[in-house]
Amino acid sequence: MSVHTKVEIEFSDSLLSFIDEWRDRQGNLIMILHKVQEEIGYIPRKAAMKVAELLEVPLAKIYGVVTFYHFFKLEKPGKNQIQVCMGTACYLKGGEDLIQELEDILGIGLNQVTDDGRFSIEAVRCVGCCGLAPVIVIGEKVYGKVTKKELPGIIAAHRDG
Amino acid sequence: MAYKHYILVCGGVECDSNKGDDLFRKLIHAVEHRGLMADIQVVKSGCFGFCAVGPVVKILPDETFYVEVTPEDAEEIVEAHIVKGKPVERLRYREEESKVNVRIKDLSFYQKQFRIVLRNCGAINPEEITEYIARDGYLALEKVLFEMTPDDVIEEMKKSGLRGRGGAGFPTWRKWEFSRVVDEKQKYVVCNADEGDPGAYMDRSVLEGDPHSVLESMAIAGHTVGANQGYIYIRAEYPLAIDRLNRAIDQAKELGLLGDNILGTDFSFDIELRLGAGAFVCGEETALLASVEGKRGMPVPRPPFPAVKGLWGKPTVINNVETWANIPVIITRGGDWFAKIGTEGSTGTKVFALTGRIQNSGLVEVPMGTTLRDIIYNIGGGVPGGKKFKAVQTGGPSGGVITEEYLDTPIDYDQLGKLGSIMGSGGMIIMDESDCMVDVSKFYLEFTVDESCGKCAPCRIGGKTLFNILDKISKGNGEMEDIAKMKRIGHAMQRVSLCGLGQTAPNPILSTLRYFGEEYRQHIEEKKCPAGKCKSLISYEIIEDKCIGCGVCARACPVGCISGERRMPHLINQVECIKCGECYNVCKFNAVAVG
Amino acid sequence: MAKLTREDLQKLRADKKKEMDMSDPLKKEVQITIGMGTSGIASGARETFEAFQEEIKEHDLKHVILKSSGGIGLDHAEPTVEVQMAGMPAVIYGQVTPAIAGKIVRKHILGKALVNAHVYDRPAIDIVREWGKA
Repeated sequence: MSVHTKVEIEFSDSLLSFIDEWRDRQGNLIMILHKVQEEIGYIPRKAAMKVAELLEVPLAKIYGVVTFYHFFKLEKPGKNQIQVCMGTACYLKGGEDLIQELEDILGIGLNQVTDDGRFSIEAVRCVGCCGLAPVIVIGEKVYGKVTKKELPGIIAAHRDG
Repeated sequence: MAYKHYILVCGGVECDSNKGDDLFRKLIHAVEHRGLMADIQVVKSGCFGFCAVGPVVKILPDETFYVEVTPEDAEEIVEAHIVKGKPVERLRYREEESKVNVRIKDLSFYQKQFRIVLRNCGAINPEEITEYIARDGYLALEKVLFEMTPDDVIEEMKKSGLRGRGGAGFPTWRKWEFSRVVDEKQKYVVCNADEGDPGAYMDRSVLEGDPHSVLESMAIAGHTVGANQGYIYIRAEYPLAIDRLNRAIDQAKELGLLGDNILGTDFSFDIELRLGAGAFVCGEETALLASVEGKRGMPVPRPPFPAVKGLWGKPTVINNVETWANIPVIITRGGDWFAKIGTEGSTGTKVFALTGRIQNSGLVEVPMGTTLRDIIYNIGGGVPGGKKFKAVQTGGPSGGVITEEYLDTPIDYDQLGKLGSIMGSGGMIIMDESDCMVDVSKFYLEFTVDESCGKCAPCRIGGKTLFNILDKISKGNGEMEDIAKMKRIGHAMQRVSLCGLGQTAPNPILSTLRYFGEEYRQHIEEKKCPAGKCKSLISYEIIEDKCIGCGVCARACPVGCISGERRMPHLINQVECIKCGECYNVCKFNAVAVG
Repeated sequence: MAKLTREDLQKLRADKKKEMDMSDPLKKEVQITIGMGTSGIASGARETFEAFQEEIKEHDLKHVILKSSGGIGLDHAEPTVEVQMAGMPAVIYGQVTPAIAGKIVRKHILGKALVNAHVYDRPAIDIVREWGKA
């Protein structure tokens, strides 16, 4: 996976063939946007423009969809996206405190990226591990019953990742 | 050589503190004393749940379940049950008590749970279609294709009394019938797997543990209503469920259980996934369909109902995951069998995600009509840490709270509605005395405000206004008129919002106002948060008499606002305190008070 | 596999049923099922799975089948593992760390004794198995 920041955005062959495969299928837009975000990590404006061009739909329609759904990101996230679950069980068990502590440790706010681009923090809806509340997720790794004290160690473990 | 008997002694916290450990040792002694060490193994087990009647003991392999066992009973259990083969009747858990809601004579069990939806979860490898088939998988589809007419299927569904498990509880057979009678060539079947309640994960577990049960049911619906295409709308946040569904679809196609000419008949049915992208409003049928179409998930007024005019304007049957998972069992065992489980108006079982301040959190499937008390105490093991139960929240952001005095209410669609809550999709969150009801309402309102699609004013403006008032109250700036104002706005939203999201968004407030009006009053008039949650309303103070001056709190304080001489009572500088609660957490002498 | 007819499906079901039936006292296989839903994995079920693999290899237990399933719902006790073998009651173990996995193999499977403090109660009867008997 590579991030394209050139003026003219380049889509990988697999992304292009995915778009090609879905071009004429009903209800394709959200599926294609998922694929774009999966490859690039977010949906930069140029990518949205390119999708508009390939599907022959107005850019406004694409932005209408991208901005409607929480899952789609318009800004580039950190290399390690720290997702703090804010489902009800995690909220009750101190999810908010974890966010505050992470903000203090990393010196950034919610939905911001550290200067070195390594970390970003986001609050997410229930990840469905309520039995382990409070939960944070970094990449594929789920941390359960997290305490504030454990956070520096967890962050350190991902610093080089 | 294996033992002949295993005696399991509950090692849960409650049982252990209730002489469970003593009992354990006495049982071992009784076994050793009789020289039966080679025949009997005594072990401690994890919590059994039935903490109110602990300590509990279970004997394997005969599954005898003893409750309220004292250490003095150890000798008798070993002598009578093991040596003489006669169970100790007076200690036995009375099975009939647990069978109230399952009127099936030939099943004998003491468990409170009864698993239809979760029947395969944990039992089969979800990535292996043959394991599903071995457990009567695709037997229902077989029956539908070869032995039943669509009329028969509808009739069976009608007899079963199955109602939608997504929350609203609409009879499933009627949705199917509405679609079936429309004269239209193209129809669709949709599975709603966009589990949006932040505290519920029943659907995800079913899809991860038993994906074929959903595929099979959708094919059954397709055959019944005359649809050849199905869509599963699933949250992108569930990668494992998506992966297992994709594998399941591939395997079913390979075996000809999906795709063209299923099992050699002229029935063809295909299923594709469509990923959600994080929008709670898509739990609303019409919004979900818009999203499947790749558009913004905005609801539209009903009628026309999706069953008549749904996806791309065509008749569409939508059911949620849990509803689908019931259907193969209804077809194979019959609607009459299913209707025997549960209550008159709410048949079958319901899966709940039991979380929050509860000893044994997890998924629980019980017959409708089981009481909340049973779920919380006999299955869930009650509230941990010696804290006092305060309320149970059902239905998530669309639901409400239920208090101690109503815990004996049998759960079904109608009873929960009467109490001002809803069945919802199955989130069940236990709260104790450390949870603030104003704060909880604020949490849910923040959620619904964030998730409102903004199309209709009552939801868009009403929700935000309610949130602002709650925020004001939680910061100590509330006025008593605010309560009447919130009720007025809430009732208006319930009546005139376009869709279910806006109509139910005020429920958390209205229900907490109904049961915890006093707590709101304390926030407003006394500027106090009894639970100690609302930071603007609390302060931490060191109790002079209890403080030994160890300095642990001062070292833990992140802003360094605690001072004092060693071995002398310390003091918190209230101006600098950020109310993080660290001092309260670290003090071993309970010398920090929250006020 | 080719597309099935109704008869094929029925035969496949009957064969697989026999294969999966662990209640047969003559059955030589031992089956270990690990709950690997999202929360099981979050609790360390993958590490537990690997520990079982190691242990099985180390003791050269060719008759032990290791498989994964979805979560059984005992979230508070995850990772959960079910062990089924002839001559022993089918048991659900909870909080199975890699170390406990080793104990299960040595004590339960080889030693035919239960592992202390990790046995959990089955949440409900298995209705499918129950019908199979009837």
